[in-house]
Amino acid sequence: MLALFLRDIRLGLRSGGGGLTGVLFFLAVIATMPFAIGPDLNLLSRIGPAILWIGALLASLLGLDRLFQADREDGSLDLLVLGTDRISLILAVVTKCLAHWVVSVLPLVIAAPLFGLLMNMSAVGIGATALTLLVGTPAITFLGAAGAAVAVALPRGGVLISVLILPLVVPVLIFGVSASYGAVAEPDPFLPPFLMLTALTLFLAVVGPVAAALSLRWASD
Amino acid sequence: MLLEAVNLAAERGGETVFSNVSFVLRSGEGLVVTGPNGVGKSTLLRTVAGLLPSVAGSVRFEGDDEFGEVAGACHYLGHQNAMKPSLTVVENLGFWQAFFGNAHMESGEALDMVGLGDVGHLPFGYLSTGQRRRVAIAKLLVSYRPVWIVDEPTAGLDRASEAQFASLMRAHLEDGGMVLAATHHPLGLEGAKELRMGG
Repeated sequence: MLALFLRDIRLGLRSGGGGLTGVLFFLAVIATMPFAIGPDLNLLSRIGPAILWIGALLASLLGLDRLFQADREDGSLDLLVLGTDRISLILAVVTKCLAHWVVSVLPLVIAAPLFGLLMNMSAVGIGATALTLLVGTPAITFLGAAGAAVAVALPRGGVLISVLILPLVVPVLIFGVSASYGAVAEPDPFLPPFLMLTALTLFLAVVGPVAAALSLRWASD
Repeated sequence: MLLEAVNLAAERGGETVFSNVSFVLRSGEGLVVTGPNGVGKSTLLRTVAGLLPSVAGSVRFEGDDEFGEVAGACHYLGHQNAMKPSLTVVENLGFWQAFFGNAHMESGEALDMVGLGDVGHLPFGYLSTGQRRRVAIAKLLVSYRPVWIVDEPTAGLDRASEAQFASLMRAHLEDGGMVLAATHHPLGLEGAKELRMGG
């Protein structure tokens, strides 16, 4: 499994820089917001966490369609499915998700504080948003793996994956944003929504890969 | 060791491709599956490997406990080579070796066996069709699995490489392995049983 993790990291870094594309897309979303909303600094800093979360969510959906499709096209997926029993197929999916997260999503989390400056957010707000992104984005990847596994046989599955999983990641978005707000807006609490977000990530880390593994097992033809 | 298929049947898109296919393979035996296009050779191989569900019949594998099911005991070489173009040949082979376990040969040694000793440092994507196929064959050597299930293994290979692969298969059989191959060309496996499908 470590070999699979290292291979996927290496592939992600070497072929086409999926992480950089995501960061650029994230930047594009964030940078256009002030133009659309207007230069009201208070308003921008108030909606900043929400905009950062939406931007990171959309950017993290970008590379998901290649998660299993690239392996399917060159025949690796057959061997990944074949060589492993049910439990280790789930582990293989988890491994691929983690590698995808490190290569494509972690750069978004790292870039988020910088982009927070564009939204005139306070230091505490930026820190809280980055922390919630760090904890919450793995949930998107794990859930996205299930979507990617369902759409693995489709030639242009990217949009379908987004449509499939967006409704399901809404809870992650809600708790992520409300925890970020909780850190800056006074009466709102930070910890309860943050713990809910953590719980969601842990829950989806189990459910997503299991669903993906089941789907992959029946997707081979 | 024993690999046995009993009255196997498979379907694609609701249509039966083949039915009542049975064979028995013992240690050191090869089986060559022949027949015209579309008769279900690849489907048979994928069904035996466990990549496709069988509609009827069963596949049974008896061997060491180490390997368990057929899926864990076989190398499947399909039409695609299962290699990443952006990784080097050695990285690709190293990954599969680590993933499959049961290390058998070093990547360099396996590459020497298929006559590609000097391309290990190149990205897989730079190789020609025949060279890619030979690297995929080297993948069978880096980890030990008793059953080789190979689908058109010599597609794209030149004469010399075909002969080389035939000798690799013979060595594998002498070692007590099994080979299940689908092909149109004679593979040079003397003494292998033949399963003629279709007609």
